[in-house]
Amino acid sequence: MNYLFAAYSAIWILLFGYIFSLSQRQRRVQEDLAQVQERLGQKTRS
Amino acid sequence: MTFLKEAEVKSQKVLALLTFVTMLCAIYAIFLYAPTEASMGDVQRIFYFHVSSAWICFLAILSVFVYSALFLITGTRKMDIKAAAAAEVGAIFATIVLVTGPLWAKPVWGIWWTWDPRLTSMFVLWLIYMGYIMLRRLIEAPEQRARLSAIFGILGAIDVPIVYMSNRWWRTQHPSPVMAGGQGSGLDPHMKIAFFLSLAAFTFFYFYLWRIRTDLESSQEAVEALQRQLETQRRGTL
Repeated sequence: MNYLFAAYSAIWILLFGYIFSLSQRQRRVQEDLAQVQERLGQKTRS
Repeated sequence: MTFLKEAEVKSQKVLALLTFVTMLCAIYAIFLYAPTEASMGDVQRIFYFHVSSAWICFLAILSVFVYSALFLITGTRKMDIKAAAAAEVGAIFATIVLVTGPLWAKPVWGIWWTWDPRLTSMFVLWLIYMGYIMLRRLIEAPEQRARLSAIFGILGAIDVPIVYMSNRWWRTQHPSPVMAGGQGSGLDPHMKIAFFLSLAAFTFFYFYLWRIRTDLESSQEAVEALQRQLETQRRGTL
């Protein structure tokens, strides 16, 4: 039973860890995009 | 996501819902519906997610193979992005196979690992995934990175038939195939339902993760292109 618990825990840790890493990367892209848009806005104003 | 069309967002939601529903059904079937295997006991229930993860490994490397070949033929960046995304998702499922395998082997065989053909060829497949990901990180020039990783991805897919056939070609510590394994193979009908539900859940999950990863890669590339453009303009005005 311990091995069964360990196996299914490992599966969910790996999958949720990967989903978390994807969401972090997605957040970084959004931040980069916001920065680029801000710089573009400054450029058109000047 | 900023760059996604409405229809794409909708199809992503449908995939997420399908994954959620089939995963719940699979978990119910694995732990409450499928009977306990007579000789191995409860630990045999690792089988359902272990084999489903191995199936996703094969599906992902097949995606890498197809999209790498399409990239080499057409030269379209989108094909390279799809291959790279499939490789990353495949690497996660290959890791799951290599983690759950020993956790099943220890109570049944009495050992965590043995270098038999099935386990070794599966380990080689994991190394191929890691090699592919490292190759992409090491090469900075986008064109060169795409071309070299496409060649690597195509060559790497050769390992899949070896992994699949290894316990048919050679005598291995790993059990004989339970599906399509010839005489004496097969599953209890209740176990079969739990197994196919797990396969369906993992397949939907794979397509869901693959899409998210592909969209992320496309967005990253679009932002990087904008940053490069801004940088060029800035240098031009100096």
